[in-house]
Amino acid sequence: MSRAPSAELLIKIRELAAHYPSKQAALLPALHLIRNQRGSIAPEDERAVAEVLGIKPIKVREVVTFYTMFNRRPVGTYHVQVCSNLSCSLAGGDRIVDYLKAKLGVRLGETTSDGRFTLTEVECLGACEAAPCMMVNFDYHLNLDRETVDRILGRLP
Amino acid sequence: MTTPTKNLTAHFELDHLFKIRVFMDHGGYQALKKVLAEGTSAQVLEAVKKANLRGRGGAGFPAGLKWGFVPKSTDKPKYLCVNADEGEPGTFKDRYIINHNPHLLIEGIVICSFAVGIHAAYVYIRGEYEAVARRLEGAIEEATANGFLGKNILGSGFDLELRVHRGAGSYICGEETALLESLEGKRGNPRLKPPFPAFVGLFGCPTVINNIETLANVPSIIDHGPDWFLAQGRPNDGGTRIFGVSGAVNKPGIYELPVGTSLREIIETHGGGIKDGKKLKAVIPGGMSSPILRADEIDLRMDCDSVTAAGSMIGSGAVIVIDDATPILDVLKKVAKFYAHESCGQCTPCRLGTSWMNKIVQRLAAGDGRKTDLDDLLRLASNIKGRTLCPMGDAASMPVLSIIQKFRKELDETVKN
Repeated sequence: MSRAPSAELLIKIRELAAHYPSKQAALLPALHLIRNQRGSIAPEDERAVAEVLGIKPIKVREVVTFYTMFNRRPVGTYHVQVCSNLSCSLAGGDRIVDYLKAKLGVRLGETTSDGRFTLTEVECLGACEAAPCMMVNFDYHLNLDRETVDRILGRLP
Repeated sequence: MTTPTKNLTAHFELDHLFKIRVFMDHGGYQALKKVLAEGTSAQVLEAVKKANLRGRGGAGFPAGLKWGFVPKSTDKPKYLCVNADEGEPGTFKDRYIINHNPHLLIEGIVICSFAVGIHAAYVYIRGEYEAVARRLEGAIEEATANGFLGKNILGSGFDLELRVHRGAGSYICGEETALLESLEGKRGNPRLKPPFPAFVGLFGCPTVINNIETLANVPSIIDHGPDWFLAQGRPNDGGTRIFGVSGAVNKPGIYELPVGTSLREIIETHGGGIKDGKKLKAVIPGGMSSPILRADEIDLRMDCDSVTAAGSMIGSGAVIVIDDATPILDVLKKVAKFYAHESCGQCTPCRLGTSWMNKIVQRLAAGDGRKTDLDDLLRLASNIKGRTLCPMGDAASMPVLSIIQKFRKELDETVKN
């Protein structure tokens, strides 16, 4: 399968660029678009975006590698991002991290062999009043304990 | 009209406050109508200055002063960047404002833009807040359809385009110049100041950068007047603040209280006291980068100047409560790991120093501590502080310094064992 982004995607990126006085400002929105549609950002994507926005590919690489949400390698169907920062850990967040590792049988950063789950530890998600918390793809899950983790992961299609 | 005691969270219990009709049924967009019908930009600026509205994002800079720095006559466009990056650990108040009351924020944005002569504004929101960003985009659509945004707002001839721009996972992009770089499509490397963003900001043009909560306070200043606003808080720091309380309390959550409310009241009364019958050990009063306070230091007014005078800072008003069952090394471990992860890498003291501190702390936590470790940490932190382009160097070193200085005895014991 070719990794080059579709013509349709490139048109969308061009449209994004029209909203800013400098085309490069559309880089983060463009990379979000690619990441959300294709699951990760490949070198071919970087080159295509660079061409549309009129910047050097290295400028795209610099950005892709700087931000944690731009993953260069594919993740599982469900990306589980669990917070281990202070407020979450005060509410037992570290135990949730350990439980997820054991439950999914992976280390942090790894994907389950069936390709369903990738487990990542992240810094503060901004939901400290409902700690511990995690994201599954873009959905926030709050006030976690083992039972809620089981329930949340169990009802995913 | 009865004078509300809450400026921002007054109607949060309403399910559909985020819809423009409900917002307007509760007095929404009145301030904007008033400003556009009978106000001048100078009057708005004067009111915000007089209200002593201090920035709610971290630095506590007076908003009116910041707006006033932007040159009045310039041939360049001016921009407003609204900071919704909300990455300071312990902070979650802006998420509540946007989710519950996005139109209040929009109203504040339009009034600020009118006062400064801005026609394009961006809300830079952390990428993880996708649902929150969509809530705001929905509100922007509604506001535009009702004539509060876009061309010729309410027939006044004033134009403003407002756009939501998503970050992508980076703490440093909450620093104002890193935010500008990020919005321009680059790595979030902070800029050298001066020039300050008021003169050379987004796309090289004069720019105002304000936090969500700061701007959400503006409509109430116009509605009720700067004297009313000032009287709610402290003489040098007006209004209310949304304190986000998390950690070892019975009732974690957001509490909008007058600026200057005591930290003890916030923890014991509003936060419901310490969970599970434990005792208070320490508090981080304004997000992770603010120096830690001991349990005997909480009889403290929570306003910018009082908290600074107590050797810490009010920061984003994020109160993280630590109980006496938590080893202080656990706190230090989280602090050290966080800053090592988030350093942008531009300045050597921060890039190397934060990861070096982290290595030492993780070693200590693994039970492999050396006798010199704590002094090494103090020396390292002191060498980062004040030696970086942006405030992140201070943010990374101050918590480490304060934790070791205030809990030295406990840490010495830990190292020994």
